[in-house]
Amino acid sequence: MVKVTFVAADGSETSVEGEEGASVMQTAVANDVEGIVGECGGSMMCATCHCYVDDAWISKTGERQHDEDDMLEGAASEVRETSRLSCQIKLDQSLDGLVVHLPDEQF
Amino acid sequence: MESGPIVIVGAGQGGLQVAASLRQAGYEGELTLIGNEPGLPYQRPPLSKAYMQDGNPGALKLRAAEFYDKQQIRYLPETSVTAIDRDDGRIATTSGELDFGHLILATGASNLRPPIPGLDRTLDLRTLADADKLRERATGDRRFAVIGGGFIGLEFAAVASKFGLDVVVAEAAPRLMARAVSPQMSELFLKKHRDLGSTVLLGDPVSAIDDRGIALVGGTHLEADEILLAAGVRPNTVLAEAAGLDCANGVTVDAQLLTSDPRISALGDCACFPDSRSGLRIRLESVQAATDHARHIAARLTGKQPDPYNALPWFWSDQADYKLQIAGLAQPDDRAEAVDEHVVFRFDAEDRLTAVETVNNARVHMRTRKLLAGGETVGPDTARDLLS
Ligand SMILES: Cc1cc2nc3c(=O)[nH]c(=O)nc-3n(C[C@H](O)[C@H](O)[C@H](O)COP(=O)(O)OP(=O)(O)OC[C@H]3O[C@@H](n4cnc5c(N)ncnc54)[C@H](O)[C@@H]3O)c2cc1C
Ligand code: FES
Repeated sequence: MVKVTFVAADGSETSVEGEEGASVMQTAVANDVEGIVGECGGSMMCATCHCYVDDAWISKTGERQHDEDDMLEGAASEVRETSRLSCQIKLDQSLDGLVVHLPDEQF
Repeated sequence: MESGPIVIVGAGQGGLQVAASLRQAGYEGELTLIGNEPGLPYQRPPLSKAYMQDGNPGALKLRAAEFYDKQQIRYLPETSVTAIDRDDGRIATTSGELDFGHLILATGASNLRPPIPGLDRTLDLRTLADADKLRERATGDRRFAVIGGGFIGLEFAAVASKFGLDVVVAEAAPRLMARAVSPQMSELFLKKHRDLGSTVLLGDPVSAIDDRGIALVGGTHLEADEILLAAGVRPNTVLAEAAGLDCANGVTVDAQLLTSDPRISALGDCACFPDSRSGLRIRLESVQAATDHARHIAARLTGKQPDPYNALPWFWSDQADYKLQIAGLAQPDDRAEAVDEHVVFRFDAEDRLTAVETVNNARVHMRTRKLLAGGETVGPDTARDLLS
């Protein structure tokens, strides 16, 4: 299992254990973390799984994909350098302890 | 603000969303979500895509089990609503009766069953149970025939050919996905499926199904061990009709998604609503329509007086390495202009952009979504800016 901490827009933190191979979006939804919607189920269609990767983790989660950039154009909240679609971040042991911040709205 | 109780019939994409949105919008009254399928509410799109390949039901769940308790949503699985008593504000279900202050019909759609002899031999792909059965059969050297070259049939064909199965797709219309996309897109996907190794037959309806496969009107017989019926759907309106609600191609609703009874709303696949752009009454089978309808109804029931419903339709379909995305809604005879091999613009008779179809081009898709959602009229020149 891989530990992930979600920091909501109001600063409150939720830590959950995700399965290796699952995406950050799936982990949030499976653990009832508010603030990630994931309306398209991870098909990179909805941009309602937008998150900001914590600066300390940005080198480990990798770059965003070309299409991801384009889909983020449709995100409801401000897009920053650290913005990712959380359905495109797959968990593995190297991400154990991952911290992501959630935007204040998803649509 | 609706004082409740609010009862939702159908626990699919839209039913679950309206329950979630009602709580988010501050509705604190009684909330019951009733579904006739077992297990927790799940998403259908992956059934013909990722789930067909990985078989992981965990990834389908719309919300975790704790969500229902925490949000105080009473969820009744494996329960069918059998009648609506509009005078008394009460419904009958297979496990008893329930009162409602407001009722939301989110009953979805069922597979269309054309009058073809031998249809009882076919498999469906609408529910998780259907998908499991199909996955079980989609192994080894079984030969598959798919009746219908629409989204679901083609998504399945793409996965099945990836498994190395022998696939024939029989489509009655002269082109693929004819109701939803331009001729140019139909052509692009025809080539794709033929390159993947599927046999695709067009313009020749299935006339009969027998032990050895399917027969076409034109006289061809195709050998198949398994047959998937994917010839479209029809809205689930039986309940609404029996209760005397207006129905025509779905449950008729107004621009606030209210049925002909002001205590009953309807959404998603089962609802026929006025399209704010074309002025036509339409019914959409998409996650977008189900969820945007749900949010609209939740806003209305919690006392916000929303503008008439006007969310922009959008849709996607994954077939092998082609991701088709559609922003907007074209009428079948809207002009189609292929601006590059993977981007088609649709324009109505007044040269207004109605939709853009793209393959593997999220940038143009997303830009179109933003542009059209604004509600302005977009002519050919402005449309071209989408490409830059
Ligand atoms: C295989 C497949 C792939 C798809 N792919 C895509 C895609 O890629 N993109 C996209 O946008 N859309 C896709 N769709 C369509 C999308 O899933 C639907 O548009 C969406 O689920 C509609 O939501 P809904 O709430 O209206 O109905 P549903 O999600 O179908 O839910 C309706 C529920 O109500 C239940 N019900 C009906 N009558 C009763 C009753 N009397 N009592 C109790 N329960 C009842 C039904 O059993 C069902 O569980 C796909 C659909 C399928 C089947
Ligand atoms: S879940 Fe839709 S884009 Fe990530």
